[in-house]
Amino acid sequence: MSVLPYLVAGWICVIGLYGIVTSKHLIHLALCLTVTQSSTYVLLLAVGYVKGGGPPIFKGVKLGTTAVDPVVQSLTLTDIVVSVTVLALILALALDVHDELDTMDPDKIVELQG
Amino acid sequence: MSRQIRIAVLVPALGLFGFLLAWALVGLPHFGDYRGPYGYVLDRVVLPERHMTNVVTAVVFDYRGFDTMGEEFILFAAVVGVVLLLRQGGREEPDRLNDSVGSDGVRIGGTLAVGACVLVSLWLISYGFVTPGGGFQGGAALASSVLLVFLVSSHKAWSGVASDRVLDPFEGVGAGGYVVIGLGALIGGLPFLTNVLGPGSVGTLFSGGSAAFVNWSAGMEVAAANLVLFTEFIDEYVVPLAKGDAAG
Repeated sequence: MSVLPYLVAGWICVIGLYGIVTSKHLIHLALCLTVTQSSTYVLLLAVGYVKGGGPPIFKGVKLGTTAVDPVVQSLTLTDIVVSVTVLALILALALDVHDELDTMDPDKIVELQG
Repeated sequence: MSRQIRIAVLVPALGLFGFLLAWALVGLPHFGDYRGPYGYVLDRVVLPERHMTNVVTAVVFDYRGFDTMGEEFILFAAVVGVVLLLRQGGREEPDRLNDSVGSDGVRIGGTLAVGACVLVSLWLISYGFVTPGGGFQGGAALASSVLLVFLVSSHKAWSGVASDRVLDPFEGVGAGGYVVIGLGALIGGLPFLTNVLGPGSVGTLFSGGSAAFVNWSAGMEVAAANLVLFTEFIDEYVVPLAKGDAAG
Protein backbone atom coordinates (compact mmCIF):
# COMPACT_ATOMS: atom_id res chain seq x y z
CA MET A 1 0.00 0.00 0.00
CA SER A 2 1.71 3.13 -1.15
CA VAL A 3 -0.21 5.53 1.13
CA LEU A 4 0.44 3.60 4.34
CA PRO A 5 3.24 5.92 5.66
CA TYR A 6 0.92 8.94 5.24
CA LEU A 7 -1.87 7.19 7.11
CA VAL A 8 0.56 6.29 9.92
CA ALA A 9 1.39 10.01 10.20
CA GLY A 10 -2.32 10.87 10.31
CA TRP A 11 -2.96 8.23 12.97
CA ILE A 12 -0.09 9.51 15.17
CA CYS A 13 -1.52 13.03 14.90
CA VAL A 14 -5.07 11.95 15.87
CA ILE A 15 -3.99 9.66 18.72
CA GLY A 16 -1.83 12.46 20.16
CA LEU A 17 -4.78 14.88 20.07
CA TYR A 18 -6.94 12.28 21.82
CA GLY A 19 -4.28 12.01 24.52
CA ILE A 20 -4.13 15.79 24.97
CA VAL A 21 -7.88 16.18 25.46
CA THR A 22 -8.32 13.20 27.79
CA SER A 23 -5.12 13.84 29.75
CA LYS A 24 -5.20 13.73 33.55
CA HIS A 25 -1.65 14.92 34.13
CA LEU A 26 0.17 17.96 32.73
CA ILE A 27 3.38 16.05 31.95
CA HIS A 28 1.36 13.38 30.14
CA LEU A 29 -0.32 16.22 28.25
CA ALA A 30 3.03 17.70 27.21
CA LEU A 31 4.24 14.31 25.99
CA CYS A 32 1.02 13.82 23.99
CA LEU A 33 1.71 17.15 22.30
CA THR A 34 5.13 15.87 21.23
CA VAL A 35 3.45 12.70 19.91
CA THR A 36 1.17 14.88 17.77
CA GLN A 37 4.16 16.85 16.58
CA SER A 38 6.02 13.64 15.73
CA SER A 39 3.41 12.95 13.05
CA THR A 40 4.86 15.87 11.10
CA TYR A 41 8.30 14.17 11.09
CA VAL A 42 6.80 10.99 9.69
CA LEU A 43 4.83 12.93 7.08
CA LEU A 44 7.80 15.08 5.98
CA LEU A 45 10.16 12.14 5.68
CA ALA A 46 7.51 10.06 3.87
CA VAL A 47 6.92 12.86 1.35
CA GLY A 48 10.66 13.13 0.68
CA TYR A 49 11.18 9.43 0.04
CA VAL A 50 12.20 8.54 -3.49
CA LYS A 51 11.78 4.94 -4.64
CA GLY A 52 15.11 3.12 -4.39
CA GLY A 53 16.83 6.26 -3.08
CA GLY A 54 19.72 6.18 -0.64
CA PRO A 55 20.60 8.81 1.98
CA PRO A 56 21.47 12.24 0.52
CA ILE A 57 25.11 11.80 1.56
CA PHE A 58 27.60 11.39 -1.27
CA LYS A 59 30.58 10.14 0.67
CA GLY A 60 31.84 7.13 -1.28
CA VAL A 61 28.75 7.20 -3.48
CA LYS A 62 28.79 8.39 -7.08
CA LEU A 63 27.25 11.82 -7.62
CA GLY A 64 23.88 11.54 -9.35
CA THR A 65 22.93 8.30 -7.54
CA THR A 66 19.23 8.33 -6.66
CA ALA A 67 18.87 9.84 -3.19
CA VAL A 68 15.94 10.95 -1.06
CA ASP A 69 14.95 14.62 -0.76
CA PRO A 70 17.36 16.49 1.58
CA VAL A 71 15.11 19.57 1.87
CA VAL A 72 12.38 17.83 3.88
CA GLN A 73 15.05 16.23 6.06
CA SER A 74 16.45 19.62 7.05
CA LEU A 75 12.88 20.84 7.68
CA THR A 76 12.43 17.86 10.01
CA LEU A 77 15.54 18.99 11.88
CA THR A 78 13.99 22.44 12.39
CA ASP A 79 10.77 20.74 13.45
CA ILE A 80 12.56 18.71 16.14
CA VAL A 81 14.28 21.81 17.54
CA VAL A 82 10.96 23.65 17.79
CA SER A 83 9.40 20.60 19.45
CA VAL A 84 12.15 20.51 22.09
CA THR A 85 11.81 24.22 22.90
CA VAL A 86 8.03 23.98 23.20
CA LEU A 87 8.34 20.91 25.44
CA ALA A 88 10.87 22.68 27.70
CA LEU A 89 8.61 25.72 28.10
CA ILE A 90 5.51 23.62 28.80
CA LEU A 91 7.35 21.54 31.41
CA ALA A 92 8.57 24.73 33.09
CA LEU A 93 5.00 26.07 33.17
CA ALA A 94 3.79 22.71 34.55
CA LEU A 95 6.35 22.95 37.35
CA ASP A 96 5.10 26.45 38.19
CA VAL A 97 1.51 25.16 38.25
CA HIS A 98 2.57 22.39 40.60
CA ASP A 99 4.32 24.86 42.92
CA GLU A 100 1.33 27.23 42.99
CA LEU A 101 -1.67 24.87 43.01
CA ASP A 102 -0.21 21.56 44.22
CA THR A 103 -1.92 19.62 41.44
CA MET A 104 -1.01 18.34 37.98
CA ASP A 105 -4.53 17.39 36.90
CA PRO A 106 -5.82 19.85 34.26
CA ASP A 107 -9.40 19.20 35.42
CA LYS A 108 -8.58 20.48 38.92
CA ILE A 109 -7.01 23.71 37.67
CA VAL A 110 -9.87 26.21 37.72
CA GLU A 111 -7.82 28.73 35.74
CA LEU A 112 -7.63 26.33 32.79
CA GLN A 113 -11.40 25.79 32.53
CA GLY A 114 -13.29 27.51 29.75
CA MET B 1 -17.00 21.47 30.84
CA SER B 2 -17.03 18.13 32.57
CA ARG B 3 -14.82 15.29 31.49
CA GLN B 4 -17.69 13.19 30.11
CA ILE B 5 -19.05 16.02 27.94
CA ARG B 6 -15.55 16.80 26.71
CA ILE B 7 -14.93 13.23 25.58
CA ALA B 8 -18.42 13.03 24.05
CA VAL B 9 -17.63 16.13 21.97
CA LEU B 10 -14.10 14.94 21.22
CA VAL B 11 -14.87 11.57 19.68
CA PRO B 12 -17.01 12.78 16.73
CA ALA B 13 -14.80 15.83 16.21
CA LEU B 14 -11.66 13.71 16.12
CA GLY B 15 -13.37 11.20 13.83
CA LEU B 16 -14.28 13.96 11.37
CA PHE B 17 -10.80 15.51 11.59
CA GLY B 18 -9.17 12.10 11.11
CA PHE B 19 -11.36 11.43 8.07
CA LEU B 20 -10.52 14.78 6.44
CA LEU B 21 -6.83 14.32 7.24
CA ALA B 22 -6.78 10.81 5.74
CA TRP B 23 -8.65 12.08 2.68
CA ALA B 24 -6.09 14.84 2.15
CA LEU B 25 -3.12 12.54 2.74
CA VAL B 26 -4.38 9.88 0.32
CA GLY B 27 -4.48 12.60 -2.35
CA LEU B 28 -0.71 13.15 -2.08
CA PRO B 29 1.60 11.66 -4.72
CA HIS B 30 2.10 8.00 -3.86
CA PHE B 31 4.84 7.07 -1.40
CA GLY B 32 8.20 7.22 -3.19
CA ASP B 33 6.77 8.89 -6.30
CA TYR B 34 7.18 12.56 -5.37
CA ARG B 35 10.06 14.30 -7.12
CA GLY B 36 10.65 17.55 -5.26
CA PRO B 37 12.50 19.79 -7.74
CA TYR B 38 14.69 21.42 -5.05
CA GLY B 39 15.79 18.15 -3.55
CA TYR B 40 16.55 16.72 -7.00
CA VAL B 41 18.70 19.71 -7.92
CA LEU B 42 20.45 19.94 -4.52
CA ASP B 43 21.40 16.25 -4.60
CA ARG B 44 23.34 17.02 -7.79
CA VAL B 45 24.80 20.50 -7.27
CA VAL B 46 25.90 20.51 -3.63
CA LEU B 47 29.06 18.46 -4.09
CA PRO B 48 30.45 20.40 -7.10
CA GLU B 49 29.27 23.78 -5.75
CA ARG B 50 29.97 23.56 -2.02
CA HIS B 51 32.30 20.54 -1.70
CA MET B 52 30.14 19.04 1.09
CA THR B 53 29.17 15.39 0.90
CA ASN B 54 26.27 15.61 3.41
CA VAL B 55 23.55 17.47 1.52
CA VAL B 56 21.26 17.85 4.56
CA THR B 57 23.95 19.71 6.52
CA ALA B 58 24.73 21.81 3.44
CA VAL B 59 21.06 22.85 3.26
CA VAL B 60 20.90 23.63 6.98
CA PHE B 61 24.10 25.66 7.32
CA ASP B 62 24.61 27.04 3.82
CA TYR B 63 21.59 27.23 1.51
CA ARG B 64 19.21 27.86 4.42
CA GLY B 65 21.85 29.31 6.75
CA PHE B 66 19.86 32.43 7.47
CA ASP B 67 16.79 30.44 8.54
CA THR B 68 18.97 28.29 10.77
CA MET B 69 20.13 31.44 12.55
CA GLY B 70 16.48 32.14 13.38
CA GLU B 71 16.11 28.54 14.53
CA GLU B 72 19.09 28.93 16.83
CA PHE B 73 17.51 31.99 18.40
CA ILE B 74 14.22 30.13 18.92
CA LEU B 75 16.23 27.75 21.09
CA PHE B 76 18.00 30.66 22.79
CA ALA B 77 14.69 32.42 23.52
CA ALA B 78 13.16 29.23 24.91
CA VAL B 79 16.10 28.72 27.26
CA VAL B 80 15.78 32.31 28.49
CA GLY B 81 12.05 31.69 28.97
CA VAL B 82 12.59 28.53 31.02
CA VAL B 83 15.26 30.20 33.18
CA LEU B 84 12.88 33.12 33.85
CA LEU B 85 9.92 30.85 34.63
CA LEU B 86 11.88 28.67 37.01
CA ARG B 87 13.76 31.43 38.81
CA GLN B 88 12.76 31.81 42.40
CA GLY B 89 13.40 35.09 44.14
CA GLY B 90 15.53 34.74 47.24
CA ARG B 91 15.77 30.99 47.07
CA GLU B 92 18.69 29.70 49.06
CA GLU B 93 21.44 27.83 47.22
CA PRO B 94 20.38 24.21 46.94
CA ASP B 95 22.19 22.11 49.49
CA ARG B 96 24.60 19.88 47.73
CA LEU B 97 23.03 16.48 48.14
CA ASN B 98 25.16 13.57 49.17
CA ASP B 99 23.41 11.37 46.64
CA SER B 100 26.39 9.76 44.95
CA VAL B 101 25.75 6.46 43.22
CA GLY B 102 26.59 3.52 45.47
CA SER B 103 27.76 0.97 42.94
CA ASP B 104 31.43 1.19 41.97
CA GLY B 105 30.72 -0.64 38.71
CA VAL B 106 28.13 1.94 37.62
CA ARG B 107 30.40 4.81 38.64
CA ILE B 108 33.50 3.55 36.83
CA GLY B 109 31.73 2.20 33.74
CA GLY B 110 29.56 5.31 33.53
CA THR B 111 32.49 7.68 33.86
CA LEU B 112 34.30 5.86 31.05
CA ALA B 113 31.10 6.07 28.99
CA VAL B 114 31.02 9.86 29.47
CA GLY B 115 34.39 10.18 27.75
CA ALA B 116 33.41 7.88 24.89
CA CYS B 117 30.08 9.65 24.37
CA VAL B 118 31.70 13.11 24.39
CA LEU B 119 34.18 11.94 21.74
CA VAL B 120 31.41 10.54 19.53
CA SER B 121 29.45 13.80 19.89
CA LEU B 122 32.44 15.93 18.91
CA TRP B 123 32.96 13.67 15.91
CA LEU B 124 29.28 14.09 14.98
CA ILE B 125 29.63 17.87 15.06
CA SER B 126 32.98 18.17 13.32
CA TYR B 127 32.32 15.71 10.49
CA GLY B 128 28.76 16.93 9.97
CA PHE B 129 29.62 18.03 6.43
CA VAL B 130 31.09 14.71 5.42
CA THR B 131 29.12 11.92 7.11
CA PRO B 132 25.75 11.94 8.93
CA GLY B 133 25.76 14.48 11.73
CA GLY B 134 26.01 18.22 12.19
CA GLY B 135 25.85 20.93 14.84
CA PHE B 136 22.32 20.23 16.02
CA GLN B 137 22.59 16.45 16.27
CA GLY B 138 26.09 16.52 17.76
CA GLY B 139 25.15 19.32 20.17
CA ALA B 140 22.19 17.35 21.51
CA ALA B 141 24.37 14.25 21.86
CA LEU B 142 27.07 16.27 23.64
CA ALA B 143 24.56 17.64 26.15
CA SER B 144 23.25 14.13 26.81
CA SER B 145 26.75 12.76 27.34
CA VAL B 146 27.44 15.43 29.95
CA LEU B 147 24.09 14.62 31.59
CA LEU B 148 25.51 11.12 32.13
CA VAL B 149 27.73 12.68 34.81
CA PHE B 150 24.62 13.36 36.91
CA LEU B 151 23.28 9.85 36.34
CA VAL B 152 26.44 7.93 37.19
CA SER B 153 28.04 10.06 39.92
CA SER B 154 26.42 12.75 42.05
CA HIS B 155 24.73 16.11 41.96
CA LYS B 156 27.93 17.60 43.30
CA ALA B 157 29.96 16.37 40.33
CA TRP B 158 27.24 17.49 37.96
CA SER B 159 27.03 21.02 39.31
CA GLY B 160 30.79 21.28 38.98
CA VAL B 161 30.60 20.43 35.28
CA ALA B 162 27.38 22.21 34.37
CA SER B 163 27.67 25.47 36.28
CA ASP B 164 26.50 28.85 35.00
CA ARG B 165 30.09 30.00 34.81
CA VAL B 166 30.93 27.27 32.30
CA LEU B 167 27.67 27.22 30.34
CA ASP B 168 26.87 30.92 29.92
CA PRO B 169 29.99 31.75 27.84
CA PHE B 170 29.33 28.74 25.58
CA GLU B 171 25.68 29.71 25.19
CA GLY B 172 26.58 33.30 24.33
CA VAL B 173 29.49 32.48 22.02
CA GLY B 174 27.43 29.81 20.26
CA ALA B 175 24.50 32.14 19.54
CA GLY B 176 26.62 35.25 18.91
CA GLY B 177 29.28 33.46 16.86
CA TYR B 178 26.75 32.58 14.20
CA VAL B 179 25.76 36.23 13.79
CA VAL B 180 29.39 37.42 13.88
CA ILE B 181 30.37 35.00 11.07
CA GLY B 182 27.42 36.31 9.05
CA LEU B 183 28.36 39.94 9.72
CA GLY B 184 31.99 39.22 8.79
CA ALA B 185 30.88 38.72 5.20
CA LEU B 186 28.89 41.97 5.32
CA ILE B 187 32.01 43.90 6.35
CA GLY B 188 33.74 42.57 3.24
CA GLY B 189 30.90 43.98 1.12
CA LEU B 190 29.35 40.53 0.49
CA PRO B 191 25.82 39.35 1.36
CA PHE B 192 25.18 38.16 4.95
CA LEU B 193 26.67 34.70 5.73
CA THR B 194 28.53 34.45 2.43
CA ASN B 195 31.15 31.72 2.54
CA VAL B 196 34.29 33.88 2.54
CA LEU B 197 36.74 31.04 3.09
CA GLY B 198 35.98 29.20 -0.14
CA PRO B 199 34.52 25.71 -0.38
CA GLY B 200 37.54 23.80 0.93
CA SER B 201 38.45 20.29 -0.18
CA VAL B 202 35.90 17.47 -0.32
CA GLY B 203 35.82 15.00 2.58
CA THR B 204 37.94 17.03 5.01
CA LEU B 205 37.09 18.99 8.16
CA PHE B 206 37.28 22.23 6.18
CA SER B 207 34.90 21.23 3.43
CA GLY B 208 32.26 23.93 3.57
CA GLY B 209 34.64 26.77 4.46
CA SER B 210 33.03 29.28 6.83
CA ALA B 211 29.90 27.13 7.05
CA ALA B 212 32.07 24.74 9.11
CA PHE B 213 32.47 27.48 11.73
CA VAL B 214 28.75 28.21 11.63
CA ASN B 215 28.26 24.49 12.27
CA TRP B 216 30.54 24.62 15.31
CA SER B 217 28.80 27.66 16.76
CA ALA B 218 25.44 25.93 16.32
CA GLY B 219 26.80 22.81 18.02
CA MET B 220 28.08 24.88 20.93
CA GLU B 221 24.78 26.74 21.27
CA VAL B 222 22.67 23.57 21.15
CA ALA B 223 24.85 21.74 23.69
CA ALA B 224 24.94 24.72 26.08
CA ALA B 225 21.20 25.41 25.68
CA ASN B 226 20.30 21.81 26.47
CA LEU B 227 22.64 21.74 29.46
CA VAL B 228 21.13 24.97 30.84
CA LEU B 229 17.69 23.35 30.54
CA PHE B 230 18.92 20.19 32.30
CA THR B 231 20.49 22.27 35.07
CA GLU B 232 17.28 24.23 35.63
CA PHE B 233 15.11 21.11 35.85
CA ILE B 234 17.62 19.19 37.99
CA ASP B 235 17.83 22.11 40.44
CA GLU B 236 14.02 22.06 40.71
CA TYR B 237 14.23 18.37 41.52
CA VAL B 238 17.08 18.61 43.99
CA VAL B 239 15.76 21.52 46.06
CA PRO B 240 12.45 19.94 47.17
CA LEU B 241 14.33 16.71 47.84
CA ALA B 242 16.84 18.53 50.03
CA LYS B 243 14.03 20.29 51.92
CA GLY B 244 12.15 17.00 52.39
CA ASP B 245 15.28 15.43 53.83
CA ALA B 246 15.73 18.31 56.25
CA ALA B 247 12.09 18.06 57.44
CA GLY B 248 12.26 14.28 57.80
